[in-house]
Order: sequence, then structure tokens, then C-alpha cells
Amino acid sequence: MSDFIEIKNLVKRFDISGGLLEEIRFKGGIHRKKTVVHALNGVSFGIKKGETVSVVGESGCGKSTLARCVIRIYRPESGEVLYNGTRVDNLSSSAIKPWRAKMQMVFQDPYASLNPRMTVYQTLLEPIRFHFPNVSRSEADDRVATVMKQVGVDPDWRKRYPHEFSGGQRQRISLARALAVKPEFIIADEPIAALDVSIQAQILNLFMDLQEEQGLTYLFISHDLSVVEHISNRVVVMYLGSLCEFAGTEQLYTDPKHPYTRALLSAIPRFGSEGFNHLRLPGDVPTPINLPTGCVFHGRCPHADERCRREVPALITAADGRVVACHGVEEGRLEWL
Amino acid sequence: MRFFKKITGSNLFYNFLRDPMAIGSATVLLFLIVASFGAPLFAPHNPYDQTTIDIMDAELPPIWTGAADADSRFLLGTDPQGRGMLSTMLYGMRVSVLIGVGAVVLQSLIGIIIGLIAGYKGGRLEALLMRLADVQLSFSTYMVAIFISAVFQGIFGMGVYSDYALGLLILVIGFAEWPQYARTVRASVMAEKNKEYVEAARVIGLPQWRIMFRHILPNTMTPVLVISTVQVANAIMSEAALSFIGLGMPPSQPSLGSLIKSGFDYIASGSWWISLFPGIALVVLILSINLLGDWLRDYLNPKLYKD
Repeated sequence: MSDFIEIKNLVKRFDISGGLLEEIRFKGGIHRKKTVVHALNGVSFGIKKGETVSVVGESGCGKSTLARCVIRIYRPESGEVLYNGTRVDNLSSSAIKPWRAKMQMVFQDPYASLNPRMTVYQTLLEPIRFHFPNVSRSEADDRVATVMKQVGVDPDWRKRYPHEFSGGQRQRISLARALAVKPEFIIADEPIAALDVSIQAQILNLFMDLQEEQGLTYLFISHDLSVVEHISNRVVVMYLGSLCEFAGTEQLYTDPKHPYTRALLSAIPRFGSEGFNHLRLPGDVPTPINLPTGCVFHGRCPHADERCRREVPALITAADGRVVACHGVEEGRLEWL
Repeated sequence: MRFFKKITGSNLFYNFLRDPMAIGSATVLLFLIVASFGAPLFAPHNPYDQTTIDIMDAELPPIWTGAADADSRFLLGTDPQGRGMLSTMLYGMRVSVLIGVGAVVLQSLIGIIIGLIAGYKGGRLEALLMRLADVQLSFSTYMVAIFISAVFQGIFGMGVYSDYALGLLILVIGFAEWPQYARTVRASVMAEKNKEYVEAARVIGLPQWRIMFRHILPNTMTPVLVISTVQVANAIMSEAALSFIGLGMPPSQPSLGSLIKSGFDYIASGSWWISLFPGIALVVLILSINLLGDWLRDYLNPKLYKD
């Protein structure tokens, strides 16, 4: 089965140098210096129809940027995003309109993701009227009621404003807005991170039920490793804007290959284990403004050698389908671990 | 009726009823506005009607002074042209308020659109528009207004100027102060545009103008409302100042400012009432607007809670 969503070599940089005046440097003559954050450095992976792929990694590793590049809130510097074989990242804003209805996004903060000046009804009606202008008013009203029921919000509440709802209810409404245009693919950018633990489970179950009912495909961004293990088919591990490992959930959780994945997974608290016996990585995450040469992880990797410091590791697909970007794994010198 | 219910049931109204300063200033302001816009109904005579004016009535003192020439028709005395001060002030206040509100409408239209575009688009366009605003701000309102009024009077003569003075003043004061709005709106747009509901609107694929006007603009109106009150007061004062130096409303359609000016020449000769009463009216008008604006700002910005 070929990939439904294909992400190829996505690169995104942010210019944070501000205005022209702030760029000017006087060291050794006057010249312009741009300060650039390397948010994504060539990320590639694919998502099959109907599956859930999760992206994990620590704060600032580019998870959200990846989501926003795929859904075209940001335009990537280079690389491609293919939807069902069609390239969508380079379409003009009018040409992309049909794909906008097929790809939707749910955001992290339920308090910021709904317009405070619009009622639930207005919020849900807007995408329907925009993408299906020929739909009659009553059909659109029905659609609003349907999606509200689907996410478990009483349609009688449609005249209310977002501030009259709790966080969990708002997240449901956010999801309803995404579902309103009948999408096939939903990107969820940490949709449960801002919620209470008891509500997290409800929203997760809602996500999974909807996937079952409507055959949705998810790209799920999270930093909660146990949630990811619970809901995803495959997992992408990212570090400093680069993909470290991409593998089936069970494969990854039982037998991580990349040294960073191993360190990350060892940090999950387990029942029955005594004390903390996670792998400690020395140092801090380097700044994405001046990326390390070679492998982005080499400064903290216990197995780094000369080649890691020099050469950026390519993505290698192993026989079991997993993708790893690590010289050590490629050379086989990490196998004994 | 439902609208009325909605207003009386709102937090704004509740807060208003518990703030004596707000009630006081709103009452005074309402009184002044009703009196000035109802001037044709309330005023003892019409100062624009040349036939009712008699030059022999000029400079009569207010009736309570007990002076021999005080006339019972003119409660507050008369101005140098024989118009009753009370009637002239009521009509004059109407002119002042019209100019103030008109100039603010113009300012806010220009300022909101420029600020919205600059804040949302960012980049070079923003830099260009905001530097333009800086340039505009670096000229004082009075300088721009004096320049334009003087040139207009010079080219078209006083007669034509009198006919268009009201519109011209609105234009001049409106254009001179738009950067206030542009800066305020831009600042709030920049805070709003990175919120997730704007990203959600972009994910839906809504056109930029729709995101700007339907999603962002309504969420940036709070500070606009607050500066509008201050700006109305400012515009009225600008107009009064311009009239005072003879570049505002002509003596035939006096505003509060031109009334003050026309009495200024007579203060030394004992006719103090011609300047004093319009002056008091101007101060009370500005003060009530500013106090109301102060209350509105405090209400809309809970971070400024006083004890």
C-alpha cells in the first residue's frame, strides 16, 4: 500500500533577525547578518490511509513546525508534501482550496483556538459555507448539528460563546470545526496537552472512535510517550528538527535503535521499577540557530565517533521497515546494546 | 426590547451603575449633547438667522450682573455681534462635537485599515506603513492643520473657506491623527494573529481579508474603543485651538473655540462673559468625555484594577 500522505525532505527555517536595522553588523565593515532558526532539517516519512502516525520529541524539536508545514500554515523552504500522490505544498492559495477541506487541524490550546467573538454555531458554520457554498442554509444547519453530536456537544448549545465552555468541551468544538468539512486527514497538534488528565482520556477516545467511524488518518503530535504508545500505529521520533527514527509503535517501544530514542524511552516511568534508571544524556539541546555539524545528536550521544561529528546521517530503511538516521546503527556498532 | 435587555443585563452596565464618576460624567455628557443637537428646539434664538441679530444688542452682560444694559432675552449676555451667548454656545457646541466625532470616525477608518494591514501582513509593507505613521506623527497636528487651512484660505479666499470649513476641519484633524489608531491596532493585531483561532481560519482556507476583518478585527476593538474617547476629546480641543488662532470655524458659524477667540479681544475691556462661558462649556465637555473614557479603560482592562 502506497503512502496516503508523503512528506519528503521538508526543510523550514525561520528568520528571527527582525528588521533591516537590527541585521546590520559593524564587525569588520558594515554587512547584513541574518539570524536563522533551523526548525526542520530534511524530514521525510509517509502516512498510510487510516493509520495514526505520532510525532514525539522534546519541546522545540520542530514537531509543531512540521505539522504547520504539512497543513500549509507555513511554507517550507524546500521539500514536498504529497496528498494521495498530488503535490500540495507548492499550490497557490486559491488552488489549494479543495485540499483544505480534506486536511484539517486541531490545535493545542482550546482557549486560544476558538474565536472568542463567535458563537459555536458561527464557528462551525463558517468552514461549511466556505467550502460548500451550494449547500442550503438548512442543510448547513443540519451539518453543524451532526458534527456537534459526533463530538458529544449538545447542538442546543450552538448559540453559546467559547468562554461558556470548559476546556474539554472547547477541544471537542475545535474537533467539530475540523470535522465540519468532512476531512480525510487530521493533524492534531498536542490536542490533549492542555487538558486535565481525566479529560485527556475522553478526548483521546473521541479521536479513536471518530477514526473508526470515518476512517480518518491522523498525524498526532505529542510529547506524552504513553499516550503515543496507546493510540498510534507508527511513531516518528524527532530531535532538533531532524528525524531520528520512524518505526511501528511496538517495534519502537520494545526495541528502539537510535541512541536518542533509547534515552527518550528510558525516561518513561514504569510501574514496579525502582528509582530512576533512565539514560542520562550529558549537556543540553544545542541551539537550532547554530546547528552542530554532522549528526545533530552527536554532542550528547554516548556512541558518537569522528564520522558522526563530520557527516549528517542519512535515513536508512532497515529490513523490518523501520527508518533510522544513525551512523552507529548503519555500521552495526550499536547492535550489542 | 431584547437589545435593551441585553444592555441592562451586561457587566458593562452593572459596572457603570456602581461607578458614580462614570454616571456623573455620562449624565453631563448626555445633557450637553442633547442640548447642543437639540439647539434648534431649545435655544432662545437662532444665531445663524441674520434677521434675528441686532448689532445694537452686542456685548450685553449676563442678566444676573444687574448692569443697566442687561437684557432679559439674553440669559448669558451677548457676543460682539449681538448674538445671545446661550444660543450661540449651544449651536457652537454642536459644531464642536460634530467635528470631534467626524474627525475620529475618519481617523479610525484610516488608522484601523492601515494598522490591520500592517500588523497582519508584516514585513516590508508593515515597515513602510509604520514609518509613514512615524513621519505623520512627527508633524504636530496643529502644524499640519495650520498649514492646510492657511493654504486653503489663501487659495480660495475666506468666502469659500467659510462654506467648507466644517468638512475641511474634519479632514485635517482626521488625517493628522490616524497614526494613533494605526499603532494601537497594529499592536493588538500582532498579538492576535499568532493565536490558534487565526491559524484555524487559515487552515480552513479563508481569504486573508476575511481573516483580517472577521476574525482579527473584532478582537482588537477594545483598545480602539478606549482611544476613541480620548481622541474625540483631543479632536474637539484641536478644533478649538485652531479656531482660536483664526484657522478654524469662521465667525458666522462659530464653534466653542471661535467663540472663545471672539471674546478674547474684549476680555480686557470688561466683557469677560464672551470668552468665559464657551470656555467653561469646552472644559466640561472635554472633562466628561475623558472621565468616561477613563472609566471605560479601567472596565475593559481588568489588570488595572484599583483597590
